[in-house]
Amino acid sequence: MYAPHTQSDIRDMLETVGVASLEELLRVPDAIALGEPLAVPRGLPELELQRTISAYAAQNDAAGYTSFLGAGSYRHYIPPVVPAIAMRGEFLTAYTPYQAEVSQGYLQAIYEWQSYVCLLTGLDLSNASVYDGATALAEAAIMAVNATGRRALLVSPAVHPNYRAVLRTYARGLELEVDELQFCAEEGTSGLDSLPALLAEKRYAAVVVQSPNFFGCVDVPGDSTRTAIEASGTVLIGVVAEAMSLGALVSPADWGAHIAVGEAQSFGNPVAYGGPYVGFIAANKEHMRRIPGRLVGRTVDGTGKLAYTLTLQAREQHIRREKATSNICTNQAHCALCATIYLAAVGATGLRRCATLNVERAHILAERVTRVPGFSRRFGAPVFNEIAIRVPDGTSAAAVLAGLQERRILGGVDLGRWYPQLADSILMTATELTTDGEIEALTGALGAIASGAIGGHAAPISGEASVVRA
Amino acid sequence: MANPENLLYSKDHEWAKIEGDTATVGITDYAQNSLGDIVYVELPRVGQTIAPHASIGVVESVKAVSELFSPVGGEVVEINPLLEKDPAAVNRDAFGEGWMYRVKVSGDPAPDLLSAADYEKLVTTA
Repeated sequence: MYAPHTQSDIRDMLETVGVASLEELLRVPDAIALGEPLAVPRGLPELELQRTISAYAAQNDAAGYTSFLGAGSYRHYIPPVVPAIAMRGEFLTAYTPYQAEVSQGYLQAIYEWQSYVCLLTGLDLSNASVYDGATALAEAAIMAVNATGRRALLVSPAVHPNYRAVLRTYARGLELEVDELQFCAEEGTSGLDSLPALLAEKRYAAVVVQSPNFFGCVDVPGDSTRTAIEASGTVLIGVVAEAMSLGALVSPADWGAHIAVGEAQSFGNPVAYGGPYVGFIAANKEHMRRIPGRLVGRTVDGTGKLAYTLTLQAREQHIRREKATSNICTNQAHCALCATIYLAAVGATGLRRCATLNVERAHILAERVTRVPGFSRRFGAPVFNEIAIRVPDGTSAAAVLAGLQERRILGGVDLGRWYPQLADSILMTATELTTDGEIEALTGALGAIASGAIGGHAAPISGEASVVRA
Repeated sequence: MANPENLLYSKDHEWAKIEGDTATVGITDYAQNSLGDIVYVELPRVGQTIAPHASIGVVESVKAVSELFSPVGGEVVEINPLLEKDPAAVNRDAFGEGWMYRVKVSGDPAPDLLSAADYEKLVTTA
């Protein structure tokens, strides 16, 4: 219900802040007032507007590039059934349903989303989704802090840098300490072997580990590390930034995560600059009362018919006010719906096949790129669909990527942007959409760039003849 | 149910049973009856230091979520493990098996705690 302020509410508030009227409250001070009309062009007729905007849109030629970008956003095939169903009028809202129980269809869709997230993560319960993978991580950290009463977090440096940045933003407001593990530069993993010693003090609410990690590497704790995590009562938060990997790798619950969070954009949602994307949170039963946001439950109504309802709302702001476990009270309904339709359409077999294809394409990419003289794998650990590639001595990831871009290839992500010691490495991604022809174009361009870069040097970087093959 | 004579009561409807320097704490029968079926109890942690009247936990019933205020201050030394699996124990036996936590009391117990008779008056006039 919308309850507007009464005249007496308004009077009381004006009196409290000490102004006479609403006009006075909202008056822009002369010192900063513009004093003339805004310089906004006149309105355009529809046709003219369409031409103008189309001309702007035509300047964006990203679609004309071959892309090996990943690092948190992934190009995957979206079957036409996804938009066909998701764009139906009954579903077409970006927002979580209010008057929720009237929207039984939407609640069912969210319930199915939650069920898929549980199946994929191996955990007991999941919520209706949150903004994105990074906010999902921050919310999970708050859950762990509330569960343990501890105020410090231990984070792998191989967790997506943007996720860590968002986590730090949340942590600053809550006055939580965030420590990072030592990185294992050889394997490209989190240095989890040092965990038992760090956890012995029982100072950390949670350990945050991402797998596949930001470098594409499988990065999960071994048995002795898991034992130490359990013994110290620390919550293990498993991050999955590439949800497609859940179709091929063991689930976060299987590698010991008590809470799993991540980004499900890969399922039925296009890569978009700035989103919207869709974060998921799943947890074991122990954390049921702390999981933030909306949860849909399945029950029966008064006449015994199947019905869906919002449940466990006692944690939410409209009931707990300032004691709520989170300020999240919405979800990414439409993105979650697209992911749900995608998963329903491809099914368990289709998802496994697609995920396996990603592994195969990434390994073909790695094998062919490392045949180009001077290029090598940066890390030793097994990967899903991303590989860190070291560029030849005497050049840098940034220079190689600039050369590729001139040839209309987006070769990947310069790891030096976040890890100065990795300025010689590019994170390249291959998915089921990556063709042999695209890989051939990439390796050809890399060979040309490398021989150009070497041209000015006295010694070749490799004795091998510079044969570039696809 | 009568309010046992050997307990002290707070105006927030908690009871405390003081034995030496230890206090056992729960909510009163009046409180459980007002709340209805209790489905979840969030207790303080063992080792946590709590101040008298501080909000230290939550009782969730099918009707409402209410905060727990400690009638005493000190260090929590034990929580009732039964309540995690069976929060309805508070409904069945608020003064007995539905006890919530034990505190090693530091300082004097809050002077504003009520006797059974005074608490009785509070809830009958409420």
